[in-house]
Amino acid sequence: MAIEWFKRDEAAFSPTQKKTSEDALWIKCDSCSEIVFKRELEKKLLVCPKCSNHFAMDGEKYIEILTDKDSWTEIGANLRSQDPLSFRDQKKYSERLSSAIKTTGKNEAITVGRCTIDSISVVLGIMEFSFMGGSVGSVVGEKIARAVDTAIQDRSGLILISRSGGMRMQEGMVSLMQMAKASVKLTQLSEAKLPYISILTHPTTGGTTASFSMQGDVIIAEPGALIGFAGPRVIKQTIGQDLPDGFQRSEFLLEKGFLDRVVHRKDLRQTVVQVLRFAMKDNDSA
Amino acid sequence: MASPLTQTKPAASKSSKTNGSRNTFASTFVLDFEKPVIELERKIAEMRGLATGPGMDTLKVEIDKLEKKANKLRKEIFAKLTRWQKVQLARHPRRPYMLDYVERICDTWLELHGDRCYADDHAIVAGFASIEEEQVLLIGQQKGRGTKDNLFRNFAMAHPEGYRKAIRLMTLAQKFNRPVITFIDTPGAYPGLGAEERGQAEAIARSLYEMARLTVPIIAIVIGEGGSGGALAISVADEIHMMEYSIYSVISPEGCASILYRDATEAPQAAEALKLTAEDLKEIGIIDNIISEPSGGAHENFDASAAAIKAVILSSLKRLKAIPTEKLIAARHKKYEEIGFWLDR
Repeated sequence: MAIEWFKRDEAAFSPTQKKTSEDALWIKCDSCSEIVFKRELEKKLLVCPKCSNHFAMDGEKYIEILTDKDSWTEIGANLRSQDPLSFRDQKKYSERLSSAIKTTGKNEAITVGRCTIDSISVVLGIMEFSFMGGSVGSVVGEKIARAVDTAIQDRSGLILISRSGGMRMQEGMVSLMQMAKASVKLTQLSEAKLPYISILTHPTTGGTTASFSMQGDVIIAEPGALIGFAGPRVIKQTIGQDLPDGFQRSEFLLEKGFLDRVVHRKDLRQTVVQVLRFAMKDNDSA
Repeated sequence: MASPLTQTKPAASKSSKTNGSRNTFASTFVLDFEKPVIELERKIAEMRGLATGPGMDTLKVEIDKLEKKANKLRKEIFAKLTRWQKVQLARHPRRPYMLDYVERICDTWLELHGDRCYADDHAIVAGFASIEEEQVLLIGQQKGRGTKDNLFRNFAMAHPEGYRKAIRLMTLAQKFNRPVITFIDTPGAYPGLGAEERGQAEAIARSLYEMARLTVPIIAIVIGEGGSGGALAISVADEIHMMEYSIYSVISPEGCASILYRDATEAPQAAEALKLTAEDLKEIGIIDNIISEPSGGAHENFDASAAAIKAVILSSLKRLKAIPTEKLIAARHKKYEEIGFWLDR
């Protein structure tokens, strides 16, 4: 349930490494190994022109492609976790938090805000995998809670874009309970007859998938995203054999009936608008 | 246990009053820190065998003394258990499991099977029960005793169909306005191929969602291991109780250790860091109440443990049933809304 981002090769995530790849003019696609001109890739919404592999995309970029210009205002930007367990492994949790804030430029593993999409009022939350593996603790839970409250108050739709390794083990049971908290809040949204669109991106696993990500009225995933409860490594360990190709990928989940649609990034806005128009009567004339 | 057509009295245990299965391997299992007391008790039992004849008064005095010593020793050991030792108690192979409690607590029990979609999951047991005057739905994870039984129960690690069975029956309980009581005892939801294929995440998410809005009282009792999302999936509740030596954690200490310290043998240290005991969780406001266990832990006296749980269930039911539905759900929501530690600077 809790996440395993610590196990990753640290070098791949170190700030210096990141800087060089940001400065590079050419980027190699993880999937097809094609060398792509970076500016070309950005024009294509970070989707490989050759194989349609969806590269990780920053929250700001999602805001840019989904929301109406200048409509975004952030909610709960000043929320900070309190380290309820005084957790420490090789590093103190409080230190991990401040270094995550410094290296990512984000204040937590989710950014939430009010906006409009095609003039429809929406509360949008985008998770940040770069922030401690997109792990869910008190602040992510509270931001989702406030997102729901805001949506109910404004009569808005809710969209959450997930990419997360699961619950944040440095907050112990407090983090696990955020799954219940988010669930409670989403039943309130439903009670208010407001739509919740869950968009799953690569990767979404653990308690995140097993709570709000899978509770959408409509559940959409980007192509090729890893989506599951247990991580592939854990399953491999359990069953003692390699996993079939494409296992736990978006297309697999669609086939098994757990997603409404797999949507290419370039079609994401249009898809979301269609769902919102269907769900929100007030926007019939808009 | 019960025939599918009739409500029957739960089968009484044939074995001794303290433990339902003296004849299995697990029944002889002793933890390191239990050894000193167990050895003393063995000695006492031997002496008792000798002290049956007349004129053995001095021996009887000696036995009394040893018994007092054993009790004192046990109290001392249990007064300063580490978190890791409590993890071991929570997983004790002799610990009472869901069905051990069912047969001791319930007057009638009718197990119900299947999720109506795919299969019946033996890792989760559910059924209608009566406890004194109360008709309730009981749901819980069931561990097995011994290898064969454990394979049948899949070590209490549920597949999606287990959670879907739980959801189906909770909805049924709601329809007939009967409270739901859950018994939590699982290492976690099963991380396998079939489980993923059939939507483990969706099943858990759905269960959380349905419990969040269920219109009948829900009481959750952690009786052994509360393993992460697989445990949470049936424990969104109006009241959460934990047995004194049960644990509830976001990740197993072994899993946490292998990630954070890159070494699963650091589990004792991880257990300390995770703050996963009943005492810890009461302190940070995650649970409502701790149920005291008999001296030496629940496995030393099944009947006394069951009686303690029964008393808690009855008083909790009385309290929750008096609350109007709307208020009940509002209070449940408020409780979860308040969980979290953040600053708004």
